[in-house]
Amino acid sequence: MSALAGRIAAAKAEGRAALIAYLPVGHPSVEESITAMVAAVEGGADVVEIGVPYSDPGMDGPVIQQAVDVAVRAGVGMTDVLRAVAAVAGAGAVPVVMSYWNPIERYGVERFAADLAAAGGAGAITPDLIPDEAAGWLTASREHDLDRVFLVAPSSTDARLRSTTAACRGFVYAASTMGVTGTRATVSEAAEKLVSRTRAAAPELAVCVGLGVSDGSQAAEVAAFADGVIVGSAYVRELLEGRGADGVRALSRDLAQGVRT
Amino acid sequence: MTTTSPATQTGVHQLPARPGWPDATGHFGIFGGRFVPEALIAALDELTEAYEAMRVDPAFLTEFDRLQRDYTGRPSPVTEVPRFAEHAGGARILLKREDLNHTGSHKINNVLGQALLTKRIGKSRVIAETGAGQHGVATATAAALMGLSCTVYMGEEDTRRQALNVARMRLLGAEVIPVTTGSRTLKDAINEAFRDWVTNVETTNYVFGTVAGPHPFPAMVRDFQRVIGDEAREQVLEREGRLPDAVLACVGGGSNAIGIFTAFVPDDGVRLVGLEAGGDGVDTGRHAATITGGTPGVLHGARSYLLQDDNGQTTESHSISAGLDYPGVGPEHSYLHDIGRAEYRAVTDAEAMEAFALLCRTEGIIPAIESAHALAGAMALGRELGPDTLLLVNLSGRGDKDVETASQWFGLGDREEVDPGPGLDTDQQPTEGAVSNDEAVAGQDAGETA
Ligand SMILES: Cc1ncc(COP(=O)(O)O)c(C=O)c1O
Repeated sequence: MSALAGRIAAAKAEGRAALIAYLPVGHPSVEESITAMVAAVEGGADVVEIGVPYSDPGMDGPVIQQAVDVAVRAGVGMTDVLRAVAAVAGAGAVPVVMSYWNPIERYGVERFAADLAAAGGAGAITPDLIPDEAAGWLTASREHDLDRVFLVAPSSTDARLRSTTAACRGFVYAASTMGVTGTRATVSEAAEKLVSRTRAAAPELAVCVGLGVSDGSQAAEVAAFADGVIVGSAYVRELLEGRGADGVRALSRDLAQGVRT
Repeated sequence: MTTTSPATQTGVHQLPARPGWPDATGHFGIFGGRFVPEALIAALDELTEAYEAMRVDPAFLTEFDRLQRDYTGRPSPVTEVPRFAEHAGGARILLKREDLNHTGSHKINNVLGQALLTKRIGKSRVIAETGAGQHGVATATAAALMGLSCTVYMGEEDTRRQALNVARMRLLGAEVIPVTTGSRTLKDAINEAFRDWVTNVETTNYVFGTVAGPHPFPAMVRDFQRVIGDEAREQVLEREGRLPDAVLACVGGGSNAIGIFTAFVPDDGVRLVGLEAGGDGVDTGRHAATITGGTPGVLHGARSYLLQDDNGQTTESHSISAGLDYPGVGPEHSYLHDIGRAEYRAVTDAEAMEAFALLCRTEGIIPAIESAHALAGAMALGRELGPDTLLLVNLSGRGDKDVETASQWFGLGDREEVDPGPGLDTDQQPTEGAVSNDEAVAGQDAGETA
């Protein structure tokens, strides 16, 4: 049974969308990042996307780049990530790892799957791995009963929406705009259209929307048409601007309010 | 395997058959493929489809041939360099003169093809990454020629050491954006270019500068660059009545090397030797010798050898040559290495600069520092293989852009009496001692650009 699908369904049963918070491990330090993740859960996040630091984050904008750069320079690796996974599970949210592909490939796909499952992780989101290249991960994640979250984008054809969602388990990540991560003043109109096209391709799969959501009112907008709202840069900014775990907790409360309206 | 035999058209050049790789999804054995965000897949599919149609279209082939002849100045000549070869153990050395192309390097070959493709898919803006600035200059040139707007990403570190090329790009009407993230070199410029592309993909085509990146770039750039080896193979056969014993080229991302290797891949007797940037020496960890000193992994959209640490983080590369200062390499080179068809060796900064000085003084040709790595490789291989060996070296570019770096390395300009290189006295017999000239080695500290 998919832990992610279960948690999103539970939110739906309450008549709301799920709140998914992203934070990278190791910024400002490993300890502080784990404390911030727990604070995000205390404020109301249902799922925490635990970011694996990577030297070449091609899908990320300046905010996440800046934070991750700190973690990369400090030598943060998979062992630290697995500790964060266990901490988030302990705090009562569903932990899912978010990683560019090379850190996982370097760690070893089978070893990663085994260790992630043992730490209580639900699965992984892989922003630069498309199902076409994912044979090893498909096998390992099946073997260890892990969720697999691939991305769809406004530019995805209907055929790709079908093949990508067919490879997902847990939910599918709808990248709402053509672009990189970062907060935006308005939620793209493309998001709602992408969600409805994705639903048509995979009626049973939860669709969560990421890229650009930064506050409660934007979260409410997205929650009106998606099963989950993913927030990254806004959380990271709390830490970059020195508001620490308290800032993260307060942001979570605002967003949790948003997904309930 | 995609073999092409378009209907015979008189007067129309045909692209020769490709080697049996990559497969339809861009894999060279376990290497290559597409490791990119889903948002880019549609654009990569569009490019692949448009390119596959274009490459067998007689109208394109005619136009491409015309540009290569009338604009680039192809075919580039082959020059024998006997005075230089005296330092290579008596081997004979032929240079394929890509330095004589318009804009001064092999990069123009690829860019003209991709600019024509950009027009064909109806996009009005091109972006490019550049290290040494040669690909940026070539892209800016093609954009000016074809009326496209052009943005070039260049690591801040590289804008400093290749300032001449920054000025050239701006003169040609391109916008040059210095990249200040990460190591501030080519790898980070590629990241920024991908971020621009995913955001502006509706209007913008990414003109990739080497045989790396996601499918279709490695195969497409190879097709555009293979003219180097196709010409050279014929030129050598015609003048020598035989094939060379070895073909040598420097390897950054690997486009000039693939360009000269491809025609010779089926010739089993011809050794293919890629020269990687050894920086301070592979054992010092400060180098850019990706195949020699790296491990397989995923970077910039493809699986290939790369320089990485135990966490899978790309590590910084080091080379005196901006164009080779890249921690990745094209997937076809990884494949040629693993199947044993090509061999890869590292050449240190000092060895490359020694060969650089030698070519200047013995032949009156100032090479790009990138290409000087191939020259140094030829000196070593010539000594290994002995007299009468025939070596073909790709002189991928000219050294105007490197004059500043070379002056610093050799300490020129701040001293009156300077002997900048080995073997410069015409009466002097070339000896092993002469080539490991102290002056070149002593200049190392001055050559530090980082
Ligand atoms: C003259 C010259 N040679 C070689 C290279 C390295 O690129 P590649 O390995 O793709 O040929 C460059 C790159 O800037 C260059 O300018």
